[in-house]
Amino acid sequence: MASMPVAVDRAEQFEKVVSILNRHSRRPSGLIPILQAIQHEYQYLPEEILTYVATSLDVPPARVYGVATFYAHFALEPKGKHVIRICDGTACHVKQSIPVLNALHEKLGTSEKNKTTADMMFTVETVACLGACGLAPVIVVDEQVHGQITPERAVALIDEIKAQETALATGSMTEQLSAGVANG
Amino acid sequence: MANGAMKVYEQFKSEIARAGLHVILELRAEATSDEIRLSKSGCQGFCQMGPLVSVVPDGILYTKVHKEDVAEIVEQTLAGGKVVDRLLYKDPATRKSCQGIEDNPFYARQSRFVLHECGFLDPEDIHEFMLHGGYQAARKAFVEMSPEEICKTILDSGLRGRGGGGFPTGRKWEAARIQNSPKKYVICNGDEGDPGAFMNRSVMEGNPHSVIEGLMIAARAIGANETLVYVRAEYPLAVERMRRAVADAEREGILGKNVFGTGLSMKCEVMEGAGAFVCGEETAMIASIEGQRGMPRPKPPFPAQSGLWGKPTIINNVETLAHVCRILNEGPDVFKQIGTKESPGTKTFALTGHVANTGLVEVPFGTTLREIVYNIGGGVTDDASKIWKTGFKAVQIGGPSGGCLTEDHLDLPLAYESLRSVGAMVGSGGLVAMNQGTCMVSIARFFMEFTQRESCGKCVLCREGTRQLLALLDDVIEGRGDQNTLDLLDKLGRAVQVGSLCGLGKTAPNPVLSTMRYFRKEYEEHVFEKRCRTGQCKALLSPEINQTKCKGCGLCIKACPTGAITGEKKEPHHINPELCIKCGACATACKIHAVEGI
Repeated sequence: MASMPVAVDRAEQFEKVVSILNRHSRRPSGLIPILQAIQHEYQYLPEEILTYVATSLDVPPARVYGVATFYAHFALEPKGKHVIRICDGTACHVKQSIPVLNALHEKLGTSEKNKTTADMMFTVETVACLGACGLAPVIVVDEQVHGQITPERAVALIDEIKAQETALATGSMTEQLSAGVANG
Repeated sequence: MANGAMKVYEQFKSEIARAGLHVILELRAEATSDEIRLSKSGCQGFCQMGPLVSVVPDGILYTKVHKEDVAEIVEQTLAGGKVVDRLLYKDPATRKSCQGIEDNPFYARQSRFVLHECGFLDPEDIHEFMLHGGYQAARKAFVEMSPEEICKTILDSGLRGRGGGGFPTGRKWEAARIQNSPKKYVICNGDEGDPGAFMNRSVMEGNPHSVIEGLMIAARAIGANETLVYVRAEYPLAVERMRRAVADAEREGILGKNVFGTGLSMKCEVMEGAGAFVCGEETAMIASIEGQRGMPRPKPPFPAQSGLWGKPTIINNVETLAHVCRILNEGPDVFKQIGTKESPGTKTFALTGHVANTGLVEVPFGTTLREIVYNIGGGVTDDASKIWKTGFKAVQIGGPSGGCLTEDHLDLPLAYESLRSVGAMVGSGGLVAMNQGTCMVSIARFFMEFTQRESCGKCVLCREGTRQLLALLDDVIEGRGDQNTLDLLDKLGRAVQVGSLCGLGKTAPNPVLSTMRYFRKEYEEHVFEKRCRTGQCKALLSPEINQTKCKGCGLCIKACPTGAITGEKKEPHHINPELCIKCGACATACKIHAVEGI
């Protein structure tokens, strides 16, 4: 299939934004829920969309940018396909969450500054507290909570995902191949 | 829940079906012996041991149940009436099995009022909540009581805000009630940002309708018809269950245009926060709801006078609202019977860290720390989670705004006043136990890093002061500190306390000041002796090879990533301190523990 012309692609992107804006009656007071919905759709807040939101709500772009950067939950850069969040709340911290973080950084070649791997497959980030302190230390891999984690188990989880991804890639390749055969 | 509880639930469903037992999924008054009711329950508070399965009416509590254990429970307990000993909780001190809640020290020593229904009710079933007396207090408030009476009842009960400050709830309500405004708001503060506290999450996930009921009563008391629950974004399940509970309440006509036939209307909205600790502060939360950056503003005017959209607004913590329902049902005197005179009622603490039993603990105010840590918590543990009899070092209470309590405070009754007098606070109720292997300077740094990151930037002393405090703590930890560093820490800490507008800034230096007060010696060791007694501060380590122990096997040479170790075979080796990065690889590699000081 030929790739879609960029302009059409972009228009479709904004169509989703428009429907989100309409759902919140285009009120500037709904800015935070609007940004949350946009982030839910795109996994992050692209700059051009932020500008578009500002114009639509009739507020200065600085205000939208101010809100987007104030709250920890908003990301201005795209995240990897798999997001790993390490809890560094007090309970997790005293139960040695930092060695887990370091093990993951080492395994994936990420760091505090560079949270996402070059192939956009993994993002490693810390979070202040997930409220699962009884299970400390805790990490969340793609919304799945893993309690009482060790550096070894965390690395094993990464290996599992990587294996799944490889299986997926070869699977879709075989699919494409067989589809190609069928078409040919 | 997080520990794979859904898998266990699904497995139960299929196993029970296979065994041909009669399962009732909807509610019956009491499950009789040949009817088995399977229900999802909210958090039972014993988090570390999850997933938990309780069998009613036999009163058996199974801990750490996995998918694989389900068949055995169905076969032995449900069909055969026998107990599976293997899955019972074992007291870590006595190694005795505890069958149910009554003989389990973790539960038996608590007074669970707010938490009671979390764990027995299905949080996604409004009918179950109503059959257990749910919405009776709200009905009473709307049909039988006047707003003045409600405010007076709450004032009489002496209920104080459970979110941290401990302000009398009745007075707050009264202040909003007397405002002459056609529009008022009630907000439920579910933005539980303190790392190490999760009682609000538990109530919102385990008993969301009690939150709505409390909100309705508060709204009736001040004359508001719009309420809002502000839930922390890190709690997706709480958001989901609160939203569902609101939709169910609307469907049942509890929320809506004509509440209990009184002609009054009531609306409830659920808003998800976006990850800012400072939004737990009332005025910052209002700014956030209005779509602004969550920055606090000076008080007065108090939100009760001018809050959301400039209208009178009250903001109550989840736990406070959950208490309100009970006070209205049972009367203020019953509530006052427990707890202390100044702090009546119970408080939920989140007990975590180095203790055998972690989880939510609801006890009357006035309970001692010893009771919580040793009797309910089962004692202090080491890093391998084994009981460590003499391991107690400190308990951090109240999160980033709180302070540390030491062994001397073990018999201090926990209440608002007593804690303030020792430089700590109840806060939201996070209790993190720490063993002797924890460096207090590092803990102070941990909290300072948190508040520094979360400072909204409005007040100079909070924004810049926390940054400087963090840098000073780094100096101590990395061996650059001297007497001046300690003096400056103290002076700047006090300056930040007075020079900040909101609770976050005012309390930000507390962890530093309180650890400096009670663990002065540890700070001095870092500064003057350049030594960390726990070995946690890497920069202060100086690994050496014990020349008499070392056999010169060369294992450490191979392990060292920087080539800092040299030595002939069968001769004692040496570490070059200039090349050493203190990674500890040599100590791990050495089989005879000849590497010391790391």
